[in-house]
Amino acid sequence: MKIAGIVALVAIALAPFLSTSQAVANMALLAALAVAGGQAWNIAGGFGGMMSFGHVAFFGVGAYTTAILQTRYGVNPWLTLPIAGAIAAAVGFIISWCCSRAGLQGSYFALVTLAIAEAFRILANSLDFTRGGLGISLDLNLAASNFQFSDKRVFYAVALIVALAATLVCWWITRSRFGARLIAIRENPDAARALGVDVSLTRAGALALSGAVTALTGVIYAQVFLYIDPNIAFGVWRSVDMMLVALVGGSGTIVGPIIGGLVLHLLSEGSRELIDIPGFAPALYGIVLLLIIGLLPGGFARLRHA
Amino acid sequence: MLSATGIAKSFGGVQAIKAVDIEIRSGAITALLGPNGAGKTTMFAMLAGFIRPDRGRITFERRDITGWAPERIARVGMVRTFQVTQPFSGLSVAHNIRVGAFLRENRPREAETRARAIGERLGLGKVLDRSASSLTVAGRKRLEIARAMATQPRLLLLDEVMAGLNPTEINEIVELIKQIRDSGVTILLTEHIMHAVAQLADVAHVLAGGTLISSGTPRQIAEDPKVIEAYLGHGAAQRLANA
Repeated sequence: MKIAGIVALVAIALAPFLSTSQAVANMALLAALAVAGGQAWNIAGGFGGMMSFGHVAFFGVGAYTTAILQTRYGVNPWLTLPIAGAIAAAVGFIISWCCSRAGLQGSYFALVTLAIAEAFRILANSLDFTRGGLGISLDLNLAASNFQFSDKRVFYAVALIVALAATLVCWWITRSRFGARLIAIRENPDAARALGVDVSLTRAGALALSGAVTALTGVIYAQVFLYIDPNIAFGVWRSVDMMLVALVGGSGTIVGPIIGGLVLHLLSEGSRELIDIPGFAPALYGIVLLLIIGLLPGGFARLRHA
Repeated sequence: MLSATGIAKSFGGVQAIKAVDIEIRSGAITALLGPNGAGKTTMFAMLAGFIRPDRGRITFERRDITGWAPERIARVGMVRTFQVTQPFSGLSVAHNIRVGAFLRENRPREAETRARAIGERLGLGKVLDRSASSLTVAGRKRLEIARAMATQPRLLLLDEVMAGLNPTEINEIVELIKQIRDSGVTILLTEHIMHAVAQLADVAHVLAGGTLISSGTPRQIAEDPKVIEAYLGHGAAQRLANA
């Protein structure tokens, strides 16, 4: 059963390479980014129970890091991947550490992360350094060395690797001491502390990891579309998207965000393709979402336990 | 091994603990008794680092641990259990215990083996792979002890582990606690059930109204008029003597 599932997922992941259609590659790329984002959220939100409503902050930090480093300092875009990851990890660590110190968890943590992401958006909108509301355009220069590809399938491959890396992090969490502690904190922070678990440090580590992976999706996004502005990079809807992918699929499981990303992406794209009435597609998306959450509170991944 | 001197704590205007001194000898079982609301649980929480005392000093094995965080105190070898059991409900019993085992063992497989061995020893062998939320009250109390023991403490703080258990279960836990003491772990426990305390404790302290009113062997304490009054009300000792 498990092996059949893995084979099926590998087949789905590899199928887009067979098609030369750029539309298919584009769709696969966005689906892979959705999975990567959901899986990244899952690291802290699913396994750590840290209900972040502000994960777009990490996405935006990634996108802006690569855009600014390239346009202002001429840094090679490949090199910006680890830099963006490191900066987002630091941001995640600091946010989580401060929240723990201030005793903010649960819904307070959710509100704080939402507010921080908004603060990032406003900052990006008002600073000259980020070119304010104008946003930043990256020059078109199609070259592998420049992290720009005429064939979208290569972008898809990169996004797939990030999604795979995020999944491996989740797998590691289910296997390691760090993960056991993170899950214990989610289940009962006081009991975890009594058993010698450093709650602040573990949570900060989780949000750092989660933020780093999320930032990588931001870097890829900027490279694909070559333009970002504060609303694209820090729009709150993107936080909700990441969270939904994890929740619909099954947060705190390895396979959940993969299923969630595929289902939600196909659903939103499919409804847009099939029905050509303005506003109908998002309405349908919303209804199906309500049904999924109402009927499968634990997400798709919990189905096999039922 | 553990000594607390001049410990005091107020919540708002209420002085829960007023200048309490306690000394716990290595290798013994010490009991902390007292009527409801006497401050036992507050005292426990302060010793384990969950509440910071307003005044006073706590030293553990000659280390000043006043104001330390619970996780740091656990690392130096003093671990508490909770009166209201706090299982990691979504995890199996074995994985609950493993969280404790991870304090001294980084490798997941070894931690798991150790956790299972401790579970077996504490009578949870049959339920190791069940969800912790499926356990009975007695099972949860055992799980509390098992998790704490998995951290390999030198001093174990047991907060009312017998509350809510039936007489058979109480006898089993009493035996378990004796085993733990015999394995070289010092124990401080709070308890309401006097006959259990009489069987277990070498030394007992009685808290009432936030102060220590009596210390001694369980027998000495049971006969102390101040203790009888604390439990039964002012003048009770006199009336019992006359009856």
